[in-house]
Amino acid sequence: MPRLSYAAPASVPDAIKLLAGAEGLAKVLSGGTDLLVQLRSGRTRPELIVDTKKIPGIIGIRETEDGFVIGAATSGAEIGENAALVAAYPGVVEGTNLIGSTQVQGRASLAGNLCNASPAADSVPALIAAGAVAVVVGPNGQRNVPVGQIVIAPGRTSLAKGEFILEFHLPKPKAKQSDAYLRFIPRTEMDIAVVGCGVNLTLDANGVITAACIVLGAVAPTQVVVEAAAKAIIGTKLDDAALAALDAAARAACNPITDKRGTIEFRTKIAGVLARRAAKIAYDRAGAR
Amino acid sequence: MNFVANKSELKVVGTRPVRPDGIDKVTGKAMFGADLTMAGTLTGKVLRSPHAHARIVAIDASKALALPGVKAVITAADFPEISSEEAAAGDGAVNFRHMAHNVLARDKVLYEGHAVAAVAATSQAIADAAAALIEITYEVLPFVIDVEAAMADGAPLLHDDIKYNGKPSNITKRVEFKLGDADAGLAEADVVVEGRYETTAVHQGYIEPHAVIASVNPDGQTQIFASSQGQFMIRQYVSKILAMDIANIRVTPAEIGGGFGGKTLVYLEPLAVALSRKAGKPVKMVMNREEVFRATGPTSGGVMTVKIGAKKDGTITGATIDIALQAGAFPGSPVAPACMCAFACYDLKNVRASGFDVVSNRSKIAAYRAPGAPISAFGVESAMDDLATKLGMDPIALREKNAAKAGTKAAYGPVFPEIGFEQVLEAAKSHPHWSAPLGPNQGRGVATGFWFNIGGDSSASVFVNEDGTISVVSGSPDIGGSRASMAMMAAEVLGVPYEKVRPIVGDTAQIGITGMTGGSRVTFATGMATVQAAEKVVDELKKRAAMIWDISPEAVDWKDGEAVPAGANAGGFDPMPLAAIAAKAGKTGGPIGSEVSINAQGAGAGFGAHICDVEVDPETGFVKVLRYTAVQDVGRAIHPSYVEGQIQGGAVQGIGWALNEEYLYDKNGRMDNAGFLDYRVPVASDLPMIEAVVVEVPNKRHPFGVRGVGEVPIIPPLAAVGNAIKAAIGVRMHSLPMSPPKILAAIDGKA
Repeated sequence: MPRLSYAAPASVPDAIKLLAGAEGLAKVLSGGTDLLVQLRSGRTRPELIVDTKKIPGIIGIRETEDGFVIGAATSGAEIGENAALVAAYPGVVEGTNLIGSTQVQGRASLAGNLCNASPAADSVPALIAAGAVAVVVGPNGQRNVPVGQIVIAPGRTSLAKGEFILEFHLPKPKAKQSDAYLRFIPRTEMDIAVVGCGVNLTLDANGVITAACIVLGAVAPTQVVVEAAAKAIIGTKLDDAALAALDAAARAACNPITDKRGTIEFRTKIAGVLARRAAKIAYDRAGAR
Repeated sequence: MNFVANKSELKVVGTRPVRPDGIDKVTGKAMFGADLTMAGTLTGKVLRSPHAHARIVAIDASKALALPGVKAVITAADFPEISSEEAAAGDGAVNFRHMAHNVLARDKVLYEGHAVAAVAATSQAIADAAAALIEITYEVLPFVIDVEAAMADGAPLLHDDIKYNGKPSNITKRVEFKLGDADAGLAEADVVVEGRYETTAVHQGYIEPHAVIASVNPDGQTQIFASSQGQFMIRQYVSKILAMDIANIRVTPAEIGGGFGGKTLVYLEPLAVALSRKAGKPVKMVMNREEVFRATGPTSGGVMTVKIGAKKDGTITGATIDIALQAGAFPGSPVAPACMCAFACYDLKNVRASGFDVVSNRSKIAAYRAPGAPISAFGVESAMDDLATKLGMDPIALREKNAAKAGTKAAYGPVFPEIGFEQVLEAAKSHPHWSAPLGPNQGRGVATGFWFNIGGDSSASVFVNEDGTISVVSGSPDIGGSRASMAMMAAEVLGVPYEKVRPIVGDTAQIGITGMTGGSRVTFATGMATVQAAEKVVDELKKRAAMIWDISPEAVDWKDGEAVPAGANAGGFDPMPLAAIAAKAGKTGGPIGSEVSINAQGAGAGFGAHICDVEVDPETGFVKVLRYTAVQDVGRAIHPSYVEGQIQGGAVQGIGWALNEEYLYDKNGRMDNAGFLDYRVPVASDLPMIEAVVVEVPNKRHPFGVRGVGEVPIIPPLAAVGNAIKAAIGVRMHSLPMSPPKILAAIDGKA
């Protein structure tokens, strides 16, 4: 009979040692809201589960001079209750808080949502748009990896054997910078994004966009940073022509599949709609700062 | 007992006491199907077909049996072969040969998820591993999923013995109901609307998966504890499928976590019994959600054409519906009730409803709230909306013009006695919702629905306890609050407070045969049995009082829970309360109690009208239900809160059916969305508060006027939502579900 071991190490070195030393498949457990479901359904059959929640500092949010440090296993609920983070990154927080139900929010973590490596992950587009960096630890030491470089394909990450994410760094937002995340689902909650879009904008004192990052989810094998969409709105005040150009650029960046959650045509069209709508929200938020 | 016409005479009926099963449920103590374990219980696991259609060439279980901890493996070879002749001897539409083959495939698998073998082992992990070790050799066959493809010439055939018009076919039967001459009626019309409509298979979506524990002793005595809509149904079906004596089978109904019609069949029970018989230990089996979706009944999807013609004043001159319903892998779609209910809301001279029952490589369908009626109502009520538009009439006024009433002859045969459809329409029309203002991208729709409600076999007993409290036992599993209703009706008859009456659902050895909980029959039929049992108890109580007072029983009346002298001539006795009579029962003839078994006749038809407001996002096709009002004639509400709950629940399930629920199949004929993530039932935040408006036009053939409530509310929503969407976007949606991609395509197609 297959055996499954569980360990909850209290230090980073111990966790690395366990993960690196496992003969078969070893999985990192944060909130477990994906892993436990996959385990029960038989979709994943690890021989070792390493629960990282006992590692000091892996749960919690710190505000530093450079910005925010969010522990990898910090729950969505905790993120949503951090007033400073909500003020600085409303888009990152709203993306994170869209995951699952209230009960799931009590457990679901940023690292788990990222490393599950779904193109539809709700917390990821806004994190990428914010320029978030993941601090990865492993047998070869520590490295800082932009969040956009963690997921390489559906279900696959760039993390090597024995590596896991310890925390995320979010830069301190500039004056007149803000963000937004929107997703489309056929219901109002408890669903997987058919399309998601994170937008991060910086304005000058006149309301002209000086920097932008538009990231789409669920329209390609991984999240897509749409540089053409950013170009379409930089230097504008997000007027109708800019919005139309943004819509077109977002649609052009889509490379979706038709599956049970949406068709190519539908996803492509919605990507343009959400890019426009999220940009407007981010623009208003940035202008209000 | 005579019908109580004056509602003000009722003291308990119509109040809203706390349900007796509530505390157990909210504290987690209630025993659902998976909650019982006996000493030495084994875990059972089903091995299911990965193919939509295949011949079973060979089954080799030797490796599984060799695995330590495996105690038994069963295949169809462990089931007796049931001949078609025996099957025909079954009651009603039940075909036990088909049922047995659905429980465990014989020779062929007919859908992905069809059970092929089952194993019992000492743990879930061992059972899972053993199931994977059973080697099945399949010869994969061409398959067919959709109903029209299954009807086409050259379609892969599921059964050798099904013929239509003398030729092998997937069409198992055609039904037709007619009144007058529909074609001639249509020819007389000034205005005709015609439409083709499609609905998809939808699952009942009960939260509790199927679960059972069974224990067979060497002498044949068998205990089954299972979640179902009928403990007697399980007993009978297991006895037929496994050729066992009914007296050897005792079925205890577990608390049920939702059924909605889907628990009116057996799936696991015969497997658990067969495994237990072979292993000599109790066997517990619990489906996971995937199994529930792949292997248990959704209701049919189907296609239909509806034609309605009317004079300029709105009088309908003729109407037809031609419908084809998926039955799943075995015959038995609800095509007959779909046809019977289609136009039953209307008083028509010329009408024809016909339908085909069609098998295809899907799991066998099961009943789902008002089986068939929501499907045909989607077509008919959408067409009625189009007709109103074409005539320039208010849609409620069009329905009022043609409303069925007392004396209307329905196309399916009967002449309606007093019914409440006109009152329902009046209540809908005068409700503030109907005239409330709407904003941009918003629309309002209305649709109606009819269900027979039914009676049938029911048993109940009422016992007076030593202290004068009352125990009530019925044979009806409690799905919608029926224990509370039974206790209330008994309390009303006996004249005692509700809290003094405690109801339970009996097992098959504790109470007489009772049909399943379904069809909206329990409050009517089992309620009638309970009332009659309580009346017999009252008669006995009067006799005992007469004995104590030494007067004639005829000289005793029963009033507010007390025996009183019938008049001045009877003597000047003080009233004798029930408890006092109970205390003396040992000296006046022994324990007091009564059991009544009846075949309840005289069910009263139910009608509903729903008003729905939606807002459609023109850029995404997302539909938000803004406001929803469900009006229904329930006869009389015994417990209004549970009546409202039934109306709300039915409306919600109908809204899910309308907007997002569907069975999706991949190119290999395998279900692609077998989980609640991608099979999208509505979540609470999707919906506004559903306002239930209870109309009471009593059914005089029930002592308290009950009609039944659970089926009607799922019938109107499909078209009510569709009509609201039509009003919002100007496009008629002909195909369910009306999901965002379809709506967006419709909006874009219009532009």
